[in-house]
Amino acid sequence: MADNALFQFLLRMGDNSLILGHRVSEWCGHSPVLEEDIALANTALDLIGQTQFWLGLAGEVEGKGRSADDLAFLRDAWDYRNVLLCELPNGDFGQTLMRQFLYDAWASVMMGRLMTSSDERVAAIAAKASKEVAYHVERSGDTVVGLGDGTEESHARMQAALDYLWPYVGEMFDSDEVDAAMVKAGIAPDPASLREEYDALVGKVLGQATLTIPTDTFHHKGGRTGYMHTEHLGHLLCTMQWLQRAYPGATW
Amino acid sequence: MYAQMITAEASDEDPKLLEEFQARIDRDEKIEPKDWMPMAYRKTLIRQIGQHAHSEVVGQLPEGNWITRAPTLERKAILLAKVQDEAGHGLYLYSAAETLGVSRDELVELLHEGKMKYSSIFNYPTLNWADIGAVGWLVDGAAIVNQVALQRTSYGPYSRAMIRICKEESFHARQGYHAIMQMAFGTPAQKAMAQDAVNRLWFPAIMMFGPSDSESVHSEQSMQWKIKVRSNDDLRQQFVDQTVPQIEYLGLDLPDPGIKWNEERGHYDYSDPDWSEFFNVIKGKGPCNVDRLNDRTNAWEDGAWVRDGLLAHGRKKAAARTAAE
Repeated sequence: MADNALFQFLLRMGDNSLILGHRVSEWCGHSPVLEEDIALANTALDLIGQTQFWLGLAGEVEGKGRSADDLAFLRDAWDYRNVLLCELPNGDFGQTLMRQFLYDAWASVMMGRLMTSSDERVAAIAAKASKEVAYHVERSGDTVVGLGDGTEESHARMQAALDYLWPYVGEMFDSDEVDAAMVKAGIAPDPASLREEYDALVGKVLGQATLTIPTDTFHHKGGRTGYMHTEHLGHLLCTMQWLQRAYPGATW
Repeated sequence: MYAQMITAEASDEDPKLLEEFQARIDRDEKIEPKDWMPMAYRKTLIRQIGQHAHSEVVGQLPEGNWITRAPTLERKAILLAKVQDEAGHGLYLYSAAETLGVSRDELVELLHEGKMKYSSIFNYPTLNWADIGAVGWLVDGAAIVNQVALQRTSYGPYSRAMIRICKEESFHARQGYHAIMQMAFGTPAQKAMAQDAVNRLWFPAIMMFGPSDSESVHSEQSMQWKIKVRSNDDLRQQFVDQTVPQIEYLGLDLPDPGIKWNEERGHYDYSDPDWSEFFNVIKGKGPCNVDRLNDRTNAWEDGAWVRDGLLAHGRKKAAARTAAE
């Protein structure tokens, strides 16, 4: 069980960065301004780099000879363990940046905790990723503030993005038996324990952005357990996995 | 400002200044932004650097077409790093153009209005994964041949931008060749993709150097001013000579039956591309011209609210700072 729980935990980490990185990469060449094209490509690149580490370690822990690429390109939707937030469509630039901020804020708290993991491999990945994530959250946070507190139109769009995405935030703090095993082994924190720090960070930035956090506490779930993803994930995988599926066994 | 330059009459310029300017060029001195320069020199550089910047930006699109379908995490990461570099090159080049008195926004507007061009190569589609290798190897390879020569161009900021850009481009060409090598030495289906990519992109790549010097509108004056330092045909020959052995190494068929080693010249002979196709693409009739420009103008228009929002926020912050002082 312990190894399987670690495998599941690593898939959750790697699938989050893979699916979000893929979504962000869809922007290539279509941003509102050249600097944003560069920044989005850079963010996607960091996330794909983190994926290589998380899924590489996942394959190692699983012990069945699967590489990071095998895990990324040859699993179907129900075997994906990312939170639903990461797979939601890009929408407009505001929705993309709001999604990024809501994720980055979680990742910045999470990586900080994982740096003291009892598993040295996990701690090492988190230490590397934490530098990238610190920059990501600063940038996405600044953009959310700039657009929330910009024009009437940009404010309205950012509020709409927040209203759409907020019901997907809660899933990042759900706990189950995988998390309990990680806590017991000292590998990872209980997700629920990140919430206070997250709310403080997000509350501060959204306050500066003059945006209102929805009061409804309901949240969607099903991504991190694989029980029920959104319809969007299948289409993303169709695109991402196409070459590997169409030409099995080839080396690229 | 740019529109004014277009109408400026070169003949108004002081012959003595023109003579001194040419003497500086002949002594291989770099011309810097604050130096006097003929209006036509300025105009030619704005056109050339602006087109070059636009090419980097539009060039993201055919590669972006495959980022979401890259077959491995490493290939996806490499491609992301590469397009990020391209966008960065766009930024340096717009900055180099700005030193000549034209803003990035003005240049972008001219592009969107169809009054400025970008490299025609980006009006060709990327249809299979090997095209991404071929774009790095052949397209960036051709660009490098041209840009290495441009490191010696007479305008200082452009020359320095080229030096920096060439370093990154050589990484692009290497990764492209490596990607296509994996395919040429891979399964029969992969090899077929590699062959298809080379067949489709060969002539567009050798057309990147422009028409033969005798046909090229801008060549003579540009050579005299050392905006251009080597002729189109020279550069094209160098590219053909370095690329043919690489195609042979991959075990692919040569994309042009006219390619033959010419002992006497010490170079490969090759067939002249169909220049009517080249001029058609320049006129907007390439396979992707309409889509590429629509992508760019839509991105710009859809992003207007973002630029306005960030600008408004910047003003509010500045006003708050002033009020606090």
